[in-house]
Amino acid sequence: MLQVILFFFIVVAGTGGELCVSRAMKSIGEIHDFRPQSLLRFVWRALHLGWMWAGIGLLSLGFFSLVGILSFDEVSFVVPFSALSYLAGAIGARVLLGERITRSRWLGIATVTVGVVLVWWSKR
Amino acid sequence: MEQLVQPAEETLIGHGHHSRRLQLKTIPFILLSIVLGPLGNVLLGKGMKSVGSLRLVHPSDILLFAERTFTTPWLWLAVCCFLAFFLVHMLLLTWADYSYVQPATALAYATVALLSWLLLGENVSLLRWSGIAVICFGVLIVGRTSPKTTGAA
Repeated sequence: MLQVILFFFIVVAGTGGELCVSRAMKSIGEIHDFRPQSLLRFVWRALHLGWMWAGIGLLSLGFFSLVGILSFDEVSFVVPFSALSYLAGAIGARVLLGERITRSRWLGIATVTVGVVLVWWSKR
Repeated sequence: MEQLVQPAEETLIGHGHHSRRLQLKTIPFILLSIVLGPLGNVLLGKGMKSVGSLRLVHPSDILLFAERTFTTPWLWLAVCCFLAFFLVHMLLLTWADYSYVQPATALAYATVALLSWLLLGENVSLLRWSGIAVICFGVLIVGRTSPKTTGAA
């Protein structure tokens, strides 16, 4: 049961967090200057965005769930299994954002899910 | 007529140059991210195995577990890798689309299995390798689809 709850947080909170961070980054725009002080300014600007904090919160929840699960499961099982986030992301985008998922994208997501099932099978 | 054609050609050449410049910048960042992320996972796995299995029988178990976790040096090494990965990922996302970056990092699934076999001695069976290969292939298919399916193009 604990394993299922932790996997749920890794997949759902992790995907939600990445989408929030992606949205925050797009509002900053492309980076051209890679000097340390410019990078610090970039991080400082990012930390003033609400989407960034929502992303950090969700990614932290996903991270601590990963910490918990790695105390009793193998890395080569947990990380590939978390690829279920592709399925979660597509369902979330379809239901919450009303995105239209094309047939070829569903094919890719179905293939990822078959891979996850094989990885899960390797544990039995 | 010439005046009309010339600016269009310049725009095309300029666009091609910009696209090449972006690719030259993007590829090293993607390579870095497919090594840093999995390395962080493997270091975290090593640290957490030394902490011992999480059990939630009593509420105080979580405090004890947190205390043991945060005093493991491996955890802090892993956090350094994740922070570096996160910075590289954030920088990438300022110019590259999420739908381009996500499939490009598909190889991270293979890197994580390779590193956990090499550094942690995990037994990665043929079935698990096959599953990981299928996942990478699926991620590549997702990456080949159009990045935008809503609203006007």
